[in-house]
Parts: sequence; C-alpha cells; structure tokens
Amino acid sequence: MSFFATESYFVQGCEDAESSETRFRLCQELWDKIKTDTEVLQDELNRKILDSLLDFTRKCSSTRQNSDWASQMRASEIPTAALMLGVNIPDHDMTFQSLSDMLKQSVSPHVASVQAKECGALKHLMKKVLERLMDTVVVVDDEDEEENVETSPRVHRSVHCSLGILCDWYAARTKKSATGTPGKKRSSQVRDEQQQPPVVIIFKDLEAFNPRVLQDFILICSQYIDRLPLTFIFGIATSPSTIQHMLPHSVSSLLCIELFQSLSCTQHLATVIDKLILTSHIAFKLNGKVMQVLIGVFLYHDFSVRNFIKGLQLALLEHFHSQPLSVLCCKKKKALFNVTQLSKPNLDRIRQLPSFKRYVEKQEAQEQVNLMTDDSHLKELCQQLIKDLHKYHKNYYPILRCLHTLTSSLPRYPLGKQARVLTCFPFRMLAKGELVSLLQKCVEILQLSKSKKMKNALTLLEMNESRRAKRLSPFENLRNEALKFIDNLVKSHLSPPESQPLYEVCYYSSSATVRRHLNATPRTSIQAALSNPYHYLQNDSLKSEDGTVSNAAPDICIAYKLHLECGRLINLYDWLEAYSTVVLAAEGNDPDSEHFGKVDEVKHARFIRAVSELEFLGFIKSTKQKTDHVARLTWGGC
Amino acid sequence: MTALLQHPGYDEERLKGVAEKLPCREVQAEMLLSLMGQPHQYSYPSILIYGHRASGKSHVMHVLMKELELPHATVSCVECVSIALLFEQVLLSFFGCDAPSLLPRSPSLSDFVRVYRQQCSQSPAKQTRYIVMEKAELLRDTDASLLSALLRLQELVGDNVTVILLSEIAWDKFRPNTGCFEPLLLHFPDYSKSELQQILSQNVHSSYSAGFYSAYINILLGVFYSVCRDLRELRHLAALNFSKFCEPLAEGKVKETDTHKLWKHIEPHLKKAMQTVYLREVSSLQWEQMQQMEEEEAGALRGLSAHTHVELPYYSKFLLIAAYLASYNPARTDKRFFLKHHGKIRKTNFLKKNEKTSNHLLGPKPFPLDRLLAIFYSVVDSRVAPTASIFSQISSLVTLQLLAQVSHDDQLDAPKYKCAVSLDFICAISRTVNFDIVKYLYDFL
Repeated sequence: MSFFATESYFVQGCEDAESSETRFRLCQELWDKIKTDTEVLQDELNRKILDSLLDFTRKCSSTRQNSDWASQMRASEIPTAALMLGVNIPDHDMTFQSLSDMLKQSVSPHVASVQAKECGALKHLMKKVLERLMDTVVVVDDEDEEENVETSPRVHRSVHCSLGILCDWYAARTKKSATGTPGKKRSSQVRDEQQQPPVVIIFKDLEAFNPRVLQDFILICSQYIDRLPLTFIFGIATSPSTIQHMLPHSVSSLLCIELFQSLSCTQHLATVIDKLILTSHIAFKLNGKVMQVLIGVFLYHDFSVRNFIKGLQLALLEHFHSQPLSVLCCKKKKALFNVTQLSKPNLDRIRQLPSFKRYVEKQEAQEQVNLMTDDSHLKELCQQLIKDLHKYHKNYYPILRCLHTLTSSLPRYPLGKQARVLTCFPFRMLAKGELVSLLQKCVEILQLSKSKKMKNALTLLEMNESRRAKRLSPFENLRNEALKFIDNLVKSHLSPPESQPLYEVCYYSSSATVRRHLNATPRTSIQAALSNPYHYLQNDSLKSEDGTVSNAAPDICIAYKLHLECGRLINLYDWLEAYSTVVLAAEGNDPDSEHFGKVDEVKHARFIRAVSELEFLGFIKSTKQKTDHVARLTWGGC
Repeated sequence: MTALLQHPGYDEERLKGVAEKLPCREVQAEMLLSLMGQPHQYSYPSILIYGHRASGKSHVMHVLMKELELPHATVSCVECVSIALLFEQVLLSFFGCDAPSLLPRSPSLSDFVRVYRQQCSQSPAKQTRYIVMEKAELLRDTDASLLSALLRLQELVGDNVTVILLSEIAWDKFRPNTGCFEPLLLHFPDYSKSELQQILSQNVHSSYSAGFYSAYINILLGVFYSVCRDLRELRHLAALNFSKFCEPLAEGKVKETDTHKLWKHIEPHLKKAMQTVYLREVSSLQWEQMQQMEEEEAGALRGLSAHTHVELPYYSKFLLIAAYLASYNPARTDKRFFLKHHGKIRKTNFLKKNEKTSNHLLGPKPFPLDRLLAIFYSVVDSRVAPTASIFSQISSLVTLQLLAQVSHDDQLDAPKYKCAVSLDFICAISRTVNFDIVKYLYDFL
C-alpha cells in the first residue's frame, strides 16, 4: 500500500491540519516498523517448516540418482510434500512466496507455483507450469487465445504445451550448466553439488483444483519422471485426507507423499500479539475493546493473521487521522520534543482530555489554575506525564506476562489461556479476595518456576528463604509474603491504561469504527439507505423525525417504504397507485383536482424503474403464482 | 518355456528377443504379429487392444515397435491437451521435424489429412506405419469425429498406416452412437497368479538365489493377490519389502531354504503393508524408514486419513453444522427442530412412505442459501449480524470443499449448496462448540 500517494488524502480530511504532516510521518514510520516486524516474525515462525521442506526437496533429488536394486525395481513415484497450512487462506500467500524464494535460492532455480483459479482446464495448467519454468510464452492452440496470433512471433510456434518440450529444455539447461557457465552466481554453486536440480511445482490451493485436471496432470508427469526430476508441493487448507478424496488409488499410487504440518494460526496470532502488541517498543496501543473486535474477527470469521494486521493498520491510520494529539504518540525523546512544539489549540485539547481532567481535579487549587492558564507550565507537566506513561508501559508488560505465567498453570484458566485475554480483562477485579486465594495456590508453582520474567519475584523469595529462622511454619510465612509482594506488584503496575493521564494520546479506542470497517454489513447499509436516505444524502429536505420517509425522497425509497407495508405478494397496480399518491403529495398537487389519481407516463416510468431497482437489490422478484404480482423476499428490518 | 514367435517377414533373432521380453504375453504378441502381417503388406486400418491396468498393453506394443524397428508414433491421449498436439506428434515421428510446421494454427482434422497426404507423397511408406494411442478412452471426450476418423485413417490418407488404440475400457463403452468403422478387437486378459509369479521372479536381486527370490514372490502374492493384480504395484511392493524379508537371513537366524520361518517373519509385516503403504496411507519413503525404526516408534507414524481434524473459525463451524442439518433433515421438519413452540410432533406424524430409509444412506440433499442462514441464526448461540464476512465464509467453505455448490456459478439468485462432510466430521466439529448435533438430526430422533 503506497502511503505516499495517500499523504495528500490524509492531510486533507484531517483534524488540525497543522500537525497533520508530522502525524502522517509518524504513522508511516510506525506502520513500516510494524510491517517489517511482522515479516521478520513470520519468517521466523515459518523457518522450521520451510527448512524441513527444503531438506525434503534436496533429499528427493539425491535419492533419485541412486541405482541399487530396490530403487530400480520400485515404481518411480513423484515425491510430494503435503503442506498443511490451515484454513486461513489469505495468509498462505506469504508462506508460499518465501518458500519459493528459498527454494530458488538454495535448492533449484526451477520452481513454479500454480493456483487453482488460473488452471480451469488441463491445458491451462500445463501452460502455466511451462511458462513459469521456462520463462517463455507458451502457445496453446486454442480459440480463446486468438489475440496471441499477432503478438507472438512465429518463433514461439514450436514451444508447445507438452512436458516433452519441458524435458528437452531441462536436458539442455542441465547440460549447459554441467559443461560450465559460471556466469550465474545464484545457481552455479548449487549445480556444482548436484547436476540435476529438481523441478518443483507448487500447487497453492489443492482443494480448489478440479480433481480431473489434477489427476490428468499427475498421470502425465509420472510418464516423464525418469527424465524430469519433478517434485510436487501441495498446499492443503483442510486435512490430508483431501488427497485421497481427490485422487483415486491409481493416481495417488504415483505419488510418494510426505506430510508437513505448519504452525496453527492461533499460535501464529498469539506470537504476533505477543511480539507486536504486548510490548513497549511500539508507542501505538489498542485499548481492550478494539483488541476484542480484532480478535473477534479473527476467531469468529477468518483465522487470518494478515487480516488482523490489516485491522491494526486501520486502527493506526484512524488514530493518527482523527486524534490531533497523536503527535505525541512516538518514541519518548521525540514525544518530549513534540510537546514543546504543541500549538495553542492542541494544548487546549489536552486540557479537554477526560484523563487529564481527572488528573487535574486531584491537584491542589493553585496548581489547577496554573495548569488551566499557563501554557508553558502545562508543557512541562505534559513532558512529565509522557515520561510516566512510557515508564508505565515499561513496567506493565513484564508484570502482565508475569501474571500470565502464574495464572496459565492454574486449573481451568481463571484468567484465560492466552496472554492477550489479560489485556481485555478488567483489572479492578484483581484486588478481590477470590484472586488472592488463587494466587495463594500458585505460589508453590512459582517456587518451581524458573521463568526469567519471574526473576524479581524469585529474588525476593530467596531473600525470604534465608530468613527462615522463624520456627512458625516458615513455608506459610514465606508464601504469604510472596503473595503480598505479587499483589502489590500487580496493584501498582497493572492499573488499567484508562487511569493513566494522557492515555488518549497512545490508545486507540473507537471500537465501533473498526468494527464498521472490518465487518461490513451490506444489508443493513442498504436498508439504512432506503429507509433513511438522509443518512447518506445529507439533504435537509429528507430529514424526518419519526422514521417515516419524506415525500421528497428518491423514488426507490418511497417504493421500498410502501412495499414494507405489504404481505408476501404485492399487487403491482396497488403499489403504483400508492406510489403516485405519495409523489403527487410531494409535488404539492391538490388532492381534489381533477388530475389527481391519474398516473401520467413519467410517474409510471419512474415507478417501474424503482421496482426494477428493488428487484436488482434482491428485495422482490417476479412470481409465477400471479402474473400482476411480485413476491417479497425480505422481512422486517425497517 | 517360451513358445518361439514365428512370423515370415521378420528376422528370427529379433523375434526371439521380443519373446524374451514379453513373458506370458506370447499369445497376444503372436496374434498381433499376424494381424500386422509382413512389413510391406497393408495392415488392418485399426486395432483396439483392451485390458486392465498393467496387463501389458503398452509394454507389448512398445517392445514390438522397438525390437522390430517399425516406423511408429506413440501418443498418450491424456497428454494431448489439444488435438494439434496429437497431429504434430504423429507428423513429427513419421516425417521429421519440418512436417509439423506445415500445419496451420488450430489445425482441423482435414488440415492434418492434407499435410499427411502431401508428406506421404514425398516419402511413401515402404512398410506399415503404426500410430499407437495410449489411454484411448479419453478420445471419447474429444470431438466425436476424431475417433471415427482415426479408425479409418488408412482410407483417408491413402497410406499404409495402422492405428492401434490401447484402452482400459471395452469397445462397447465407447463406440460412437453415430456408427463408425469397427476396429479389430484384441483383449489382454489379466495375468494369472502363476504368470505374475513367473514375471515377478525375473527381477531377482543379484546377491540372492533365484529360488529364494521366487519363494519371496510366492509369499508376497499369497498376501496381496486377493487385493491387487496390478503388476506394477506388485513389483513396487516386492521391492519395498524385500529387505525386511532378508533380515533374518542377514542375522543368521535362518537358512535360505527355510521357507516356513521366513514366511512367519514376513507375513505380519506384509499384512501391515497392505493397510498402509499399499493404500498410500504411508508413503513408500516413510515405509522404508519405518522398517529401520523400532516397533514402538513406527507405531507413532499415522496414516494420511488419520489426520482429519480441521480447525475452523467459530462461525464457520456453525455454518457447517447448519449446512449439515439442512442437507440431512427434510425441510418440513425444520419447524420441529428450530421453533421454540413447535408443539409435540412425533416422528411418525412426519414419516412419509419414501422417507423410511435413513437420510444418511441417501446422502446429502441440496438446500437453498436462505434455509442455511435461517438454520444458522437459530443454532448459533449469540446474535450475529448478517455481515459480509458471514457470506464470504460460505464461499470459503465451498473452496475448502466442505460445502459443494450445486447450482451453477452464474446463478446469483438463491444459490443451492450441499454439505460434503461426514457424520463423524460434523460430530467432532459440533463437540468443539458444545452443540449436540445428534439431537437435531431427523434420522436419530
């Protein structure tokens, strides 16, 4: 996504245009950081499975060259890696991209990835595979590619869609490199160790492929396996038994399938949240509600980490766009500098912040007056508050993790399995006795726990242990003290972010906006547009108080409103009459005049148009039960 | 043991070579040779050879063509994604690499015949040319005229050419209903057990005696013959399990001749192979690795079909459950299951005559989108807004092949779906969301 192109757009509709450029830059910096961080993280997470896949392809090409009795007798199967990726299809692209890059780098230059949607028929699959491997235009003699006739020169005529061509090409390539063309630095090293790099074909979404196409393709490939060291990689979203559902035994017996299980998407998300959101590195924060929306979309709808990051990006953009004080949402040094640059209106904005107001109320009377009137004093205080906020974050996350390690080993997970659940947790509960008793139980575990996060707690424990002189049940004593310590720790550092002054600077809290953008409700929007056109058109004449549609509304709104009053079948003529009455009233005609009640051609046409628009939107359809009626398709929702 | 092939017109030495390479197919080879006649004679225009997989059809043709050095073109029909490819391969094999370029783009059958005639007049056939078409049953899916034309190609091009079709399907199943020239039919029967034994025993491992290997093959066939007669597959299995068979020998426990002990050792192993590697539950490579491992370790390796668990987003699970209910419950009964005050309706009141059989035996029925969503909203435990992502999840389920779209893609209005998952699968899914699906299924009422 190009941020540069959007800069002017960002600045234009922005609150407080003065600081908008700074905010845009900050936003961009943060996003770049988040983006690179997630990419690095993704690579790390995928490393294990990608490495084992690379090993697999290497191993396959090396065993192929054996010539002992068993491997001669064996039917030559095509080595196939079944890569289980989970149902989060949007995330797979990145995995496949890095997989094919790594394969090209370290195993073989001959890698082709294909997707189901580009391979409706066998010839298209062949064409794509050949094109991607050989890097040329492949001609399929076919009516639907007539436009190629002029563009592709006669030379390409010979490149036909058959694996035989590919074999010849492969033989030529390997021969050439064997005789030595050290020009290519990328692959020359690879070829030294193995003369026959495998030809890898990646099927990105196996389930979506037409089984017939796949079967035929495998049949063809198996005929060339002696000449062409093919290796398949199947990307599978559901379960490996899909392979058996798609391929009959006669075809699956041509494959030598090995399973590779990738990290589950929930683990993936947990790591992303852990590394990106539950840290103090990134100044931008989401409040509990927004987190809940994003995690809800993930768990309830798509399991897609990529979409989660997209949601985070949206929140980031919205925050910097709508909150002028977000100039302070950056690294500490920079933020302190930005405080000094704050303009008068922005300082007033700070005074308006609810969290700041609460803070001021707690101060002495003289200080309150000072803060409300003296700008430079306010700036100084802001600097202090920003420092405090950063300090708060620095303490918050380690303690949060600490609490998580403690509670995660408790039976029934009173505070949730994942650390992320804790962020959404109302922390005022922590002081309650129930938790104290829970913590009591976990002190024993704490003693065993060697987690680094617990180091500070443990040192205290050790100190206590040395003072075990007291006879009175030293263990209980110790436990109580540890408990007290943890309780204090939690109380002092895990206060909810909302209690911190100036938290609005860093926290994005508009969960409704995020939900509206990420979880679109087309039907509700259409209904809103039809029953309340003012909502979208913003024309004063359309305003209505009691939910009725004004006479001046667009035709379709009037027709929609009238159709809501009907039953399952709507008589078109009655509908037309009702419509024309409403429209006439809008035009201010006298109900008693002689023309009243007559439908002129223009109105008739307008009505027909409105009805067909409603039909297009799926509210009504024609019915065979009665010729002059239409059937209603939706109920309720006025 | 091999009856010598005899035929005038071919070198005897060569025929001997052919016979050696075609064990247990002498009769068929003899028959083919007599059909083909002497090289310079015109042969019958078209021959259809049919028989099961791995019954030696392609092998016999290949050996005959290669050993007797007959001019031929072998074309695999599965590979011919367009008929142009077929034409080009034939022209290339008969007339060299210049001939295919004479074909126009998207050539028709008559283009092919024209180019063939033209080339043929320049280099007329001194002996019969053969076109061998493998997997000829696929010709049924192409233009009907292609098969009819190929059957009488000799007449069309006026050349001494014979088309030999190899197929796994009998001629009755793909004779065009418009009628056509009838090819000569030649059936390749399956290899019998003793024939399989004879053929497989030829691949003896160089460091073991022929008798020992033959005993091994005997045991192997004893286990596998009832499920598999595919020569290729048997040879593969033989190769995979031979090292295990030799194990006691290498350890010095038994002698080569002690067949009974060897049998006792290998039999359970082969039985296991039948359930795993033969079905490709476990790949051949993994099977070989398993043989090196200890017993307990090997047990940990699960087959492909053992992994059936699919993790789905929360609403997708409920959509799938709703789809399952819609597919297996009659629509009339929805009221009974999903309305709060449905009154007491007994199953017998619903029962129609034809519904006595279980819906699960009949398989999933198609249902419209509306019904799916109606059931979905009543089974899901919270209020769900009809958001775009709910709808996109339905199409995701279709791409994952958990749902199947029955109506055509173009039909935007009220699309219809079928649920494509098994009862076990849906039970596992519903357990994860604490939904007792059995209570909602008409069949289990």
